[in-house]
Amino acid sequence: MSPPEASARPREASLLRVNGVDHPVSLQRDRSLLYVLREELGLTGTKYGCGEGECGACKVLVDGVAVRSCTTPVGEVAGRSIVTIEGLTDGERLHPVQQAFIDAGAFQCGYCIPGMILAAVSLLDHSPHPTEDEIRAAMDGNICRCCGYLRILDAVQRASQLSVHPPGATP
Amino acid sequence: MTTPPTPLPFDLLSPTERPFFDRLGNGLVVVLPARPPDPKGWGRAGPPHGGAWVHLGEDGKARAFTGKVEVGQGTRTALSLLVAEELSLPLSSVELTMGDTDVSPWDMGTFGSRSMPDAGEHLRLTAAATRTLVLELAAARLGVATGDVALSDGQATTRGAPSARSVGYGDLVKGLHRVEMVPPSTRPIPPPEWTRAGRPALGVGGRDIVTGGRQYTSDLHLPGMQYGRVLFPPSHGAKLRRVDLSGAQALPGVTTVHEGDFVGVAAPDLLGARAALKALRADWDTTPQPSEREIVDYLRQHPAEGEDFWDVIHEKVGDVAAALASAPITLHETYTTAYIAHVPMETHAVLASWADGRLTVWMGSQTPFRARDGLSDALGIPPSQVRIVVPPTGSGFGGKHAADLAVGAARLAKASGHPVRIVYTREEEFTQAYFRPMAVIDIRSGAEKDGTLTAWQFDDLNAGSAAARLPYKVPNQKIGNQPADSPLAQASYRALAATANNFARESHMDELAARVGADPLEYRLRHLADDRLAAVLRAVAERAGWVVRPTPPDHRPDRGRGIAVGLEKGGRVATYAEVEVHEDRRLEVLRLVTGFECGAIVHPANLRSQVEGGTIMALGGALFEAIHFENGRILNPRLSEYRVPRFHDVPAIEVLLLDRPDLPSQGGGETPLIAVAPAVANAIYDATGRRLRSLPLAPEGTVP
Repeated sequence: MSPPEASARPREASLLRVNGVDHPVSLQRDRSLLYVLREELGLTGTKYGCGEGECGACKVLVDGVAVRSCTTPVGEVAGRSIVTIEGLTDGERLHPVQQAFIDAGAFQCGYCIPGMILAAVSLLDHSPHPTEDEIRAAMDGNICRCCGYLRILDAVQRASQLSVHPPGATP
Repeated sequence: MTTPPTPLPFDLLSPTERPFFDRLGNGLVVVLPARPPDPKGWGRAGPPHGGAWVHLGEDGKARAFTGKVEVGQGTRTALSLLVAEELSLPLSSVELTMGDTDVSPWDMGTFGSRSMPDAGEHLRLTAAATRTLVLELAAARLGVATGDVALSDGQATTRGAPSARSVGYGDLVKGLHRVEMVPPSTRPIPPPEWTRAGRPALGVGGRDIVTGGRQYTSDLHLPGMQYGRVLFPPSHGAKLRRVDLSGAQALPGVTTVHEGDFVGVAAPDLLGARAALKALRADWDTTPQPSEREIVDYLRQHPAEGEDFWDVIHEKVGDVAAALASAPITLHETYTTAYIAHVPMETHAVLASWADGRLTVWMGSQTPFRARDGLSDALGIPPSQVRIVVPPTGSGFGGKHAADLAVGAARLAKASGHPVRIVYTREEEFTQAYFRPMAVIDIRSGAEKDGTLTAWQFDDLNAGSAAARLPYKVPNQKIGNQPADSPLAQASYRALAATANNFARESHMDELAARVGADPLEYRLRHLADDRLAAVLRAVAERAGWVVRPTPPDHRPDRGRGIAVGLEKGGRVATYAEVEVHEDRRLEVLRLVTGFECGAIVHPANLRSQVEGGTIMALGGALFEAIHFENGRILNPRLSEYRVPRFHDVPAIEVLLLDRPDLPSQGGGETPLIAVAPAVANAIYDATGRRLRSLPLAPEGTVP
């Protein structure tokens, strides 16, 4: 997932690297990353919520950092490594954060959850054992209108107690 | 030459005519016919509704059908657990089809917290009757009496361990084409004997949610699908005078439709549809519309008949006028609530597709059968020619009842010859959806010198009747509600009238307690007429560490504590709130305790989620949510301008669930919200001595 050498690859103006696969795409300025992911690549796990970067439903990882894809022009991320919710699983094996969301029952309608999970992955990759306040601050840009915040908080805390790094990585 | 037979929806056929086995394969089908509506309840003027059917197939799975829908409230899991319980099946062997108008029982809609008491009860009965038939089939197959057969995890086994013989449900129904009706004598398993329901269980569908595989309507794609957009008026009340379609029609691949008030475009991609919409030239006739600053007077001056006659009550007990005239203590106050928006995370979405003259619409709808009727009327085709399928839906909160967007998509699909999907932009969601009604509530009360209530006159304007009735003992009462002619579109909302009426009543009770120096908790307990509600209130007070003391407090602390109760839709709720008002008048909610009781708990984890989420959602409406409007225009139609609760708004929250396996299960999606706003308002009074009577209480984050 999101190999660090991705950013060192030569930038292909017409290639978008998503979940480890290069896709030829048009880099027209008026296309957001969200549009390209959903409408051209069929990766509908990334959701539209507001179109102005307020709700976080559209978050994806760009070089390991959670980014709002609805306000990101696709041209800005060509050649960088993009991971969507579909790319988080390792084959059939769920990412620990995904498993934690299931175990915590951290979903109601579920629509915000892909963005929530990627925000949490981004947080935990950079700060493996955040305090509750740090989780709240890092995820404040993600709205759950069902207001399942306490279960989501529980899920992120559960995930932080597990290894969120690939097997073999030093804790 | 013959035309292929039209597939008639199951609800339009009698049980024995339905092609259950063509669609579902061999097996056993058990049907509970639609039931007459409760003469005092929702839809009492409508046709029989609900009912259920269960198909037990050769694969040993139970397929159950209900007309209710899942929009995030968790009923898919809870209802499936009830079926699993009756049939002794693992949850994974129950498949529940919800809200598909071709194969589901007719249902008036998913609202009013009726899924558990109606669909839950209907599915329990149907599955219980299925269990009886399975026992009979097994007894015959195994050559024993039905009493000597035990059911467990999809297997029927003879009792008596050493020589026990087993047969799977699938084997029992092999080759069957048998349809039975639920006999009146059917008795479901009593909740105290439950082994699956009422126990911990993970919600179904979790893996799809966390992997992004779950397909909401806005994610669906059909071959050749086009993207629709609708031309909407720039303000409420604006009427289309003239539209020039030529600019859009000149764009490649664009279809335009102008029919009556509807103007829409369809294009092969989303950006093309956006360009086509922009290329339309429209002129509008506008008339002046009331604005926010004059709205209370406007509503008072514009009473309306009210289309929803069932929601108007006029109740009288004793002689309230005489009691008010003679009471030593009287109080008359007015309480208001703002228009607020549902803000479902998935905006309204529909996908319409025609095949052989028959229309299929996938949409996130809380009223799929009404949508079918609405499409049938609007398009002039029989209801049997319309199918509504409700895919997973990114929440509703009462906001997804309308069918007009589906009509538009159907017209565009017909004109373009392609399936057409329309998804509201967030701004369209804010401006085109309807709102929770604004409420203006007058309360006149009378009491003895010691505070004992003698008179209660409650006049609700524009919210509705829910929770208007008193949970308190008062000998003279006059309670009524009056619809008004709202300048903004308004309709159903999660706990809409109950939130308003409960805010007014529970604030007023606190004002009365303060007037006579009584403790707010004791004052309520003294008047409560409902033992179940009193039990919830006591449990919350105990958890909160409520210390009985007179109100108002003799000195003003920075911190205040408030308490409130509610009784609605069969559920009992009490909420405790603790707030701090900082030196700069900034309000901070520190702690909430919500206690809730709704009979036998079916899915504890989901009920907890509903109560926690409901408490936080209610906090948004209590503190800061409000639609701002001026002359027909919505002034804050964006998430950057309309504030909803976020992580940083969430205080410490404790939830107490009181399980009553001896009582029927009621819904838990709405009532947990209704005591939050008054508890917070009462806590603000406790901290500051200022009584706030309008929601939202602190739109800018501060209190007076």
